[in-house]
Amino acid sequence: MYSEKVMNHFTNPRNMGDMENPDGKAQVGNPTCGDIMEIAIKVEDNRISDIRFKTFGCGAAVATSSMVTEMAKGKTLEEAEQLTNKTVAEALDGLPPVKMHCSNLAADALHKAIQDYREKQKKEG
Amino acid sequence: MKSVYMDNGATTRTHPEVLKAMEPYFLENYGNPSSVHSFGRDALQGIEKAREQVRKLINARDPQEIIFTSGGTESDNLAIIGFAMANRKKGKHIITSAIEHHGVLHPCEYLEKEMGFSVTYLPVDKTGMVAVEDFQKAIREDTIMASIMMGNNEIGTVQPIKELAEASKDRGVVFHTDAVQAVGNMPVDVQDLGIDMLSLSAHKFHGPKGVGALFVRKGIKLHPHMHGGAQEKNRRGSTHNTTGIIGLGKAAEIAGKNLPEKVEKITRLRDKLIQGIEENIDEIVFNGHREKRLPGNVNFCFRYIEGESLLLSLDLEGIAASSGSACTSGSLDPSHVLLATGLSHEVAHGSLRLTLSLFNEEEEVDYIIERLPGIVDKLRQMSPLYQSKRK
Repeated sequence: MYSEKVMNHFTNPRNMGDMENPDGKAQVGNPTCGDIMEIAIKVEDNRISDIRFKTFGCGAAVATSSMVTEMAKGKTLEEAEQLTNKTVAEALDGLPPVKMHCSNLAADALHKAIQDYREKQKKEG
Repeated sequence: MKSVYMDNGATTRTHPEVLKAMEPYFLENYGNPSSVHSFGRDALQGIEKAREQVRKLINARDPQEIIFTSGGTESDNLAIIGFAMANRKKGKHIITSAIEHHGVLHPCEYLEKEMGFSVTYLPVDKTGMVAVEDFQKAIREDTIMASIMMGNNEIGTVQPIKELAEASKDRGVVFHTDAVQAVGNMPVDVQDLGIDMLSLSAHKFHGPKGVGALFVRKGIKLHPHMHGGAQEKNRRGSTHNTTGIIGLGKAAEIAGKNLPEKVEKITRLRDKLIQGIEENIDEIVFNGHREKRLPGNVNFCFRYIEGESLLLSLDLEGIAASSGSACTSGSLDPSHVLLATGLSHEVAHGSLRLTLSLFNEEEEVDYIIERLPGIVDKLRQMSPLYQSKRK
């Protein structure tokens, strides 16, 4: 039911874990629907220099989280904001149709973490 | 890699003796059992032998009380819709429970929506048990039937069927039980239990898939739902699934042999698995009833993790299991059974069902006890819920 790429990211998730003093952080989803994703970022010179995720959810939720961190790492904030759930799913060679709602979370979480960073910057600035 | 099959609640391995019994009905006795010639007569003879084998397993009085169907879901549909439509002039109220298989729940919902019936869905306690008192109170003047499952497919809870059937009889209510998980896996005696109708399925006890039976006590009227043939005494039209029926009969015969000893062996493995999980993993919820339980059923929720991730991780270790998480139920909600026992969505999403059969060995139980804690820990390390709980 899952592509090899999904299983690869599920088995060996990239950038999984906690981050000390992140520059931006966000959590999306809720436990009722069975998917929660948390993304933390470090930003240097307007680029995502480091990124970490934690996920409670199905195989697709874990794989999309892992994939979005890999895709976002090293990108400028503007480039990272262009990533969508669709591009994440495509990078994983697709997801089963019923799983498409899981992949929405990955890009959402990333965008919210960037938003969190920008708001913090405003306050500090 | 090791390969451990512990999803026997989903389906079982076909017993080699069952396959052997079926083979001649593909290659030699392949006639239509409704035909006049010798090919047909041989097939019919096989079918009637199977009917007797099934009768014996559940201790029905008469083989003619057994109707062959395509499986558990069809048996449930025939019992509920068939009985309701044939008896609707007597009343239009049905009692069932919140934790039935969808094979019972959906026909009940259909009768409610399309045929003007009213249905009472009895709640269960946190062990998944229906209260006999609630059942008695739910019986009304217009109640014509009740359907309460014998052993729950997810959490294994075995209901007080004898008491429920007795309460039904007292008030002239026909009592059906979905015994798909129970028959062949624990002793079931329709006469001792006082059951009027019972659904069973071959592939849950080492028979082939696509065949089952409905026991209907003599004198109970049903409308057929398959029209177009006089098979099964006009109760279920369609050419007999001869090979499947032969397989069901053989599986019933094998299941009935030394059943108490087999139940004891599986129960011992089950209890070892339950104990091993409870001793090695914390933050878990035991689902179902400790004693009144199907012999092969183990069901836990592991807090902070999600069931499908757990199944994928187990599968990578060669372990086949199932879950009541939303991702595996095909909807956005986790198992209706787990929710009915009072679990939150969050906890219910992290359920794991391991179901044993006679083909499981103790070393397989040991293997799961060895691997499961590491898998659960890895997924918890990944979970933001576990993290916030530790803070």
